[in-house]
Amino acid sequence: MKRRGFGTAQVILFLSIAILVVVVAVPVLLIFLNAFWVNGSFNVADVIRIIREPDTWQALVNSLIIASGTTIGSTIVGTFFAWLVTRTDLPFKRFMKGMFLVPFMLPSFIGALAWKMLLSPRAGFINRFFMQNLGFDGPIFNIYSYAGIMMVEVMYLFPFVFIQVCGALERMDPTLEESARISGAGLFTITRKITIPLVLPSILSGALLIMLYSMAHFGTVAVLGIENGIFNIPTLIYQRIHQSAGSFASIRTGTVLAAILVVAAALILWLQSKVLSRGHYQIIAGKSFRPMELKLRALRMPLLIFCLAYIGFTIVLPTVVIFLVGGLKTYGLPFTWENLSLDNYKFILFDYKVTKDAIWNSVTLGFSAAVITMFAGVMISYVIVKMKVRGKGILEFLGMLPFSVPGSVIALGVILAWSGKYGVNLYNTVWIILVAYIARYMAFSLRANSAALEQVHDSLVEAARVCGATMWQALKDIVLPLVRPGMVAAFFLIFLPSLRELTVSIMLYAPTTRTIGVAIYTLNEDGETVMSAALAGIALILIIVGETLINRFIKTERRGG
Amino acid sequence: MDIVSIEGLDKGYGAHRVHRGLDLAIRRGECFTLLGPSGCGKTVLLRLIAGFEQPDAGRIDIGGAPVSDPAGNVNVPPDSRGIGMVFQDYAVWPHMTVFDNVAYPLKIARVGASELRARVLETVALVGMEGLERRLPSELSGGQQQRVALARALVARPSLMLLDEPLTNLDANLREEMRFEIKELQRKLDITVLYVTHDQEIALAISDRMAIMDGEGKIRQTGTPWEIFEQPVDPFVFSFMGIANFVPVRSEGGEYLVGEGNQPVPWEKPVVTAARYAAGFRPSDLEIARSGDGLQAVVVRANFLGAMMDYLIEVDGARMRTSVETHEAIAKDLMFREGDRCVARFRSLLWFDAETLKEAAQ
Repeated sequence: MKRRGFGTAQVILFLSIAILVVVVAVPVLLIFLNAFWVNGSFNVADVIRIIREPDTWQALVNSLIIASGTTIGSTIVGTFFAWLVTRTDLPFKRFMKGMFLVPFMLPSFIGALAWKMLLSPRAGFINRFFMQNLGFDGPIFNIYSYAGIMMVEVMYLFPFVFIQVCGALERMDPTLEESARISGAGLFTITRKITIPLVLPSILSGALLIMLYSMAHFGTVAVLGIENGIFNIPTLIYQRIHQSAGSFASIRTGTVLAAILVVAAALILWLQSKVLSRGHYQIIAGKSFRPMELKLRALRMPLLIFCLAYIGFTIVLPTVVIFLVGGLKTYGLPFTWENLSLDNYKFILFDYKVTKDAIWNSVTLGFSAAVITMFAGVMISYVIVKMKVRGKGILEFLGMLPFSVPGSVIALGVILAWSGKYGVNLYNTVWIILVAYIARYMAFSLRANSAALEQVHDSLVEAARVCGATMWQALKDIVLPLVRPGMVAAFFLIFLPSLRELTVSIMLYAPTTRTIGVAIYTLNEDGETVMSAALAGIALILIIVGETLINRFIKTERRGG
Repeated sequence: MDIVSIEGLDKGYGAHRVHRGLDLAIRRGECFTLLGPSGCGKTVLLRLIAGFEQPDAGRIDIGGAPVSDPAGNVNVPPDSRGIGMVFQDYAVWPHMTVFDNVAYPLKIARVGASELRARVLETVALVGMEGLERRLPSELSGGQQQRVALARALVARPSLMLLDEPLTNLDANLREEMRFEIKELQRKLDITVLYVTHDQEIALAISDRMAIMDGEGKIRQTGTPWEIFEQPVDPFVFSFMGIANFVPVRSEGGEYLVGEGNQPVPWEKPVVTAARYAAGFRPSDLEIARSGDGLQAVVVRANFLGAMMDYLIEVDGARMRTSVETHEAIAKDLMFREGDRCVARFRSLLWFDAETLKEAAQ
């Protein structure tokens, strides 16, 4: 590989490293530089001073409180439902399982908007109903609170634990439990001594994911917290950058908070990998078994009703409210046939420039980001998974970065990198949002593409080489067709979430470069509640249709492949 | 004439040396087997010949032209070496039909459509897969996939074909059938085959010549299957070719005595001299009887294996295995029980230096 080797392998490696450096590493590096480098020297004391400022400190504490509460709540809810749908004789289990995964698709900030309409202290429909019809003096629940924020986050995040625990419970070899039963252990003992220790790694890993997500989560806190002065790290970063129009002091506060977020995220991911590697017992095999089912007996109907009520209350109700409010002539009118129409939907789709632009921006941005990230991801994954070149270690390290960099950090880093300080000024253009999207979704693309590439055994490529194919021919004829499903999956994994993206866009948008998420958020902030709800409704339709299509595609690919 | 010639080949990964100064020559038109325990570096050698790995030093020639020679800065990529290869996991492309799989080498070589079609069909028929051209690999059995892999390696009529344990993943019956077919194809098409395996039975069955590689990647012996089986150069080769007894023998006053006792070995004396000797023989080469000439022995363990009786006997502290066909044992009163006394004689025996035995045991 001395003479010929330089050429293809090195060029691909260099390109891959360059993409990750420019898109992810430089922004993160600039955040740390700006946080710790004051007037040309390394300064930790000043970082500590910023952390101890009341606002900053409060935001850190809030992030921790909200993340902890959300994690505990989601873990309990997720584990309970997972156990219910895998290990009991609950009726309609398949349907239930599908429904419990629906919150995965729904953007949580749209959920937060719905809950604001339902439970805001004075105007919320539920609170008003109780006050007007049942004689309550005050609101029964104030959504603008820690409890409110945590409640909404739990509703949208518990599937992370649910799906992991379901998987572990389904894959667990039932003979392990049966042999305990033969040894004379009762169901309670089996659950405590056998089942729980075996699924604990999955529970913990899901919980850590939720912790990571919640700490860096912008939407729900932005919608429900700011009203009452509750800020967490991402919302404080946003507020500082937004209010001060890029002054030095505010950027520094932002970078310090962002740096903390990156370190916390890296720590959580490290912990998660520890938990997962320790939990890699032989026992949880890849096969599907038929697990022992607990007879619920008298509890069967009450638990069924409970599940249906949960689904109705957390999924159906908020969605219906969004669509209904979106149809109202004016916010505050009662839901009667005279007050409801499709006019708002028609208006925002065909006449209202702000929303028309937002939809166009989101679709084009999402599409471009998905295409670029899909191709970049397949190339980078190829180097990491398949190629044997010197210097690959750097790429493997860089490849981990996108996983531990939360959205608000990327947005801030991109501002630092592309605001003209280093020659290129993309600020206030769509391009800066595109760059940020690529950085934000690179992790998705890397995961989907490496998984697909792992399936392509080296000997398939080598077989093509001995048949006379050059490296490029082998890539084109063998590798590319075989990773195509992974690439398509990567495309949709990026395109669909980018349609509802808020965290990154909100920090980077200019008046003409609003995305759907930004438009929903700002319309709501400006009191245009019905327009905001109508746009949210359209976003929901786009997302649900998209998800249905991709699921169908994945299913047919699996059957065909 | 040699089609493959390897001289002074060095290959290592980090501190681990796989091959040191390895020499090997494969003659045109022969079926050559490289036999060795798993992890001995035989697959690495195959990959070096194919061009997937580069040697650290030394030189590989194929068809008289150098293909790997780090000193001369020669490194011909795998696609230009003109070889066919069959992989252990078949490596049949799952997204292509049988026809497309087999046609691929010809497509790359830009063979015209009608000739391509004719040659693909001919090769598919050659491996007994006619009528299955439209199938996808997922619709084929393991044996059929292996046939596709074979056809794909043969279709461009390479002068050299490399096979990397291609039968390991097949079940026993199919394995036996396929090994005859491979041999048959090799003869019919007059190609050179280099076959890598750890299964001595396959090696003996198909080879014109074979080489035995030890755990350190060193070639111990090269020769015909008969030479390897009957005239092994050392205990390693001997024990690798089947179950082997090694009995310690000490030399005292011109006599060669078994184990701790005073009974001389009833066989020709060794020609070489060593401090201590080991007598090597297979269970089938040790004959036992109720009485007569031979070593006085005790049956330590008797095992009925159906067609065979398997005995472990002890001669003055030295234990050895022997086997007798069950019906013969019944006819000749050789159904021993544990603790019975017997006498033992040799049908065949090889002398080794006891020093080389330790090495073989590793």
